[in-house]
Amino acid sequence: MHTPSSWLIENARLIDPSTGMDRHGRLLIVNGRFAGVDVCDADLPHEVERWDVQGCVVAPGLCDLSTEFGEPGREEDETIVTGTRAALAGGFSSIALSSNTEPPIDTAASVEFIHQKGARADNCRVYALGCVSKHQQGESLAEIGSLVEAGAVALSDGPKPIENTGLLRRALEYCAMFDRVVFDHPEIASLSRGGVMHEGLEQLVLGLSPIPAEAEDLSTSRDIRLVEATGGRLHLTSVSTSGSIDLCRRAKARGIAFTAGIFVANLHMNDTMLRSFDANCKVNPPLRSQDHVAACLEGLRDGTIDIISSGHRPCSLEKKMLEIDAAPFGMIALETALSQVITHVIRPGILTWCEALAKMSLNPARLIGVSGGTLQTNAPADLVIVDPERKWKVDATSLQSKSYNTPLDGTELYGVVLATFVEGRRKFVSPSVPKPSFHSSLENVQ
Amino acid sequence: MTQPSALTVPTSLALMESHPIPEDWRHHHLLGLEHLTASEITLILDYAEALHRATENGRKKLDLLKGRTIANLFFENSTRTRNSFSLAAKRLGADTVEFSSSGSSVAKGETFIDTAKTIEAMLVDAVVVRHSSPGTPQMLSKHLACSVINAGDGPHEHPTQGLLDILTIRQHRGSLAGLTVAMVGDIAHSRTARSNIWGLLKLGAKVIVCGPATLVSKNWEKLGVEVSYSLDKILPRCDVLNLLRIQFERQAIRPFPSVHEYTLLYAMNQERIKKSKDDILIMAPGPINRGVELTPEVADGPHSVILEQVTNGIAIRMATLWLLLGRRLDAR
Repeated sequence: MHTPSSWLIENARLIDPSTGMDRHGRLLIVNGRFAGVDVCDADLPHEVERWDVQGCVVAPGLCDLSTEFGEPGREEDETIVTGTRAALAGGFSSIALSSNTEPPIDTAASVEFIHQKGARADNCRVYALGCVSKHQQGESLAEIGSLVEAGAVALSDGPKPIENTGLLRRALEYCAMFDRVVFDHPEIASLSRGGVMHEGLEQLVLGLSPIPAEAEDLSTSRDIRLVEATGGRLHLTSVSTSGSIDLCRRAKARGIAFTAGIFVANLHMNDTMLRSFDANCKVNPPLRSQDHVAACLEGLRDGTIDIISSGHRPCSLEKKMLEIDAAPFGMIALETALSQVITHVIRPGILTWCEALAKMSLNPARLIGVSGGTLQTNAPADLVIVDPERKWKVDATSLQSKSYNTPLDGTELYGVVLATFVEGRRKFVSPSVPKPSFHSSLENVQ
Repeated sequence: MTQPSALTVPTSLALMESHPIPEDWRHHHLLGLEHLTASEITLILDYAEALHRATENGRKKLDLLKGRTIANLFFENSTRTRNSFSLAAKRLGADTVEFSSSGSSVAKGETFIDTAKTIEAMLVDAVVVRHSSPGTPQMLSKHLACSVINAGDGPHEHPTQGLLDILTIRQHRGSLAGLTVAMVGDIAHSRTARSNIWGLLKLGAKVIVCGPATLVSKNWEKLGVEVSYSLDKILPRCDVLNLLRIQFERQAIRPFPSVHEYTLLYAMNQERIKKSKDDILIMAPGPINRGVELTPEVADGPHSVILEQVTNGIAIRMATLWLLLGRRLDAR
C-alpha cells in the first residue's frame, strides 16, 4: 500500500491542548513528525498527501491509562491485536495496558512480552503498566525496579484496589525512587465485597448486592493521606462518587500533588440502567446514582479530575451471558469514549474541546512520561481527526474490539473518528472517508 | 391430599365465559409486582378465587390449559413453591416438566440461558423460574419466546408469594385499603418483602418494614414505607404481621449478634400477641424457623393464617397461569 511520508491536513479545526490553540488552519506532517501549522505552499515538501478534512477537528492522538485486554491469559476477551485496532478506531494513538493478565505483568519478561506483542501488532503505541504487588496478590512489592528497567511506565494492581495500606505506603515510597506513579483504584473491598451495583434506592428495589459510595470515599481519603505523608506519586484511576471527588478537590486546594482519573461511563450513565439487569451495566466503579454523576461532571468542570480514561474492560459474550451476580465487571469503551465525551461533556458545554482533549491526551501522556498531547513542531505526529457533528449508532457487533460488552449498543452518539495517525502514518481511516482521489496524491509541483 | 376427580368440561367452559382474559391484559410474563397496576393485581386476586371455587377447593380438575406444558425450572431449592406451581398447572389440566439444578451456572459449566433454551426447545408454554440471582427471569424473558413466571429471583421479587399474601389478607378483611401491614425481619434479603411492598402500596395499605437496622434500609422511606427497628413500638398499630424468615444462606456476614438476640427483639410470641390488636393476622411466607421468627404457639394459634396462605398459593398460581396462557391457544 502507498504510505505517504508527508501529509498536509487542510481545512482543519486544529486543537492543541499543549498550547491552548483552537483555530482553523492546516497542519503539515513530515517524516513522522509535526512540521508546523499553516506552512506556506513554498515550504511544502515535493511529495505530499493533501487531505481536506472540511472543518473537522484535528487534535493530538488520545492516550488511555485504563485499558485492559486480557492477553496473555484471557485472549477470548481481547488480544493485543484486536484491542489496539479498537484503540485506533476510537482515536487513541497510545494506550497503557493493565497489568491484570494471567499471569499478571509482574516481571521484566512479561513487560517485554507486552512490548513485543504491541510492536508486532503495529497499530497504536502500547505501553505496559507493571504490578505494584507480586503476582498482583496485594501482599508484597513486585520487583518494581526491574519492571521500570524493562519499560513499565507506571505501577498498578488495577482494576484491583491496593487493599493493604502498608503495601500502598511502601509502594508510594519505593516507586518515587524511580519517579514512577502508583495507580490505585479507590475501593475498600471489605465494604464492597460481593457487591454488584451502587448502593441506593435502585439497588434496594432490585435486590442486588450493594457497593456503597463510602467504599470509594474512605479509600480516596486514605490514599491522599499517604501521598501527603510519603511525597509519592499517586494516580487515582477511577473516582466516581461526590464524596471522593470532594476529598480530591480539598486536598488539591491544600497543595497535595496527585492526579484523579474518571472512567467515561461514570460521566453519563447512572444506576437506573441496572433495571435492565443487563450484565453489560455491571462495571467497577459501578454506575452511580444521578447525584454522583452530576458531581463527576462538576469535578471535571472545575479541574478536580485531571484525566478521562476509557476503562475499557472486554468480557467475552459467554461471560456476560451469566447471571448478573456471576458475570464479571467491565464494559468496552475504547471505540466509544471520545464520542461519549463529545456527546455528554463537550456538547453540553461542561468542558471546551481543548479542556476535554487535554484530559484525554496531554494529561495522561505527561503523567506516564510519554510523547503525545501536542501538535507542536517536531513532536511525533500522533493525531486524531474527528467529525464532531456527525452522529453514529453504536453497533457492538461491528466494533473492532473482540468483545461486545457495551450497554451503549444501539444508542446514538456524536463524533465520528475519521482517522488516527501514529508517528505520521495513517493507521486507521474510517470506512466513511472516501478513498483519496488521484489528484490529491499528485506531486505538489510549484 | 385430595385427588382431583374426572375432568369437568362444563365448568371450564363456564369459567372461560365468566372469567375471560380481558382485552387490556397485556402481560406475557409475570416478573414482579412492581410493574403491575392495582387493577391488574385485583384481577389476579379475583380470578384466583374464582378458579379456587371452580375446582371445588381442589377436589376437581379443570381443563382450561389442556395440552399446555409448564416447566418448573428451579435453580434453587424449593419444595412448597415448586409443588404449588405443579398442582396449579395440573388442576388446570396442563402438563408439567420438572427441572432442578442447584448452584449457579458457573459451577455447572452451562449458562442458565442455555439450560432454559434447552427446556424451551421441549416445546413448553411457560417456564416457572427460581434462581438465587436477581434479574434472571428478566434475562430469560428476553431470550425465550414462551412465558416466564418468576418464582423468586434472589432478593428481588416473588410475585406469586406477594399476591397470595395479599389475597389472604383480603379474604379476612375484605379490602386492603387503610390496613397497616408490617413486614418483619430480614427485609434486605427478602423477595417476599419487595413483592408485598409493591402490591400493598398499590392497593392502598400502609406498609411498615421492621427489623434490625443492618437488614432494614432507611431508603425504603423514599417509597413511602415506614421504617421501624422496634417491633414492640409498632405492634399496637398493626393489622397484619408478615414474619419473614431470616435468610441465613444469603447473608455473607451475620447482620446481628445472635439468633438469641434476634428472637428477643423480633420474634412473635404469646407476650407480644397480648399487646397486639385483637384481630391481628399473623402470616409467614415459610418455611418458618419455629422459635426464631415466631414461637410454635403463635404459628399454630388462632391469629395464624399461615396454612391458608399455602392454599391460596395454588389459587394465585392457577390465576397466573390462566391469565398468561389462556389466550394463546394456538400460539405454538
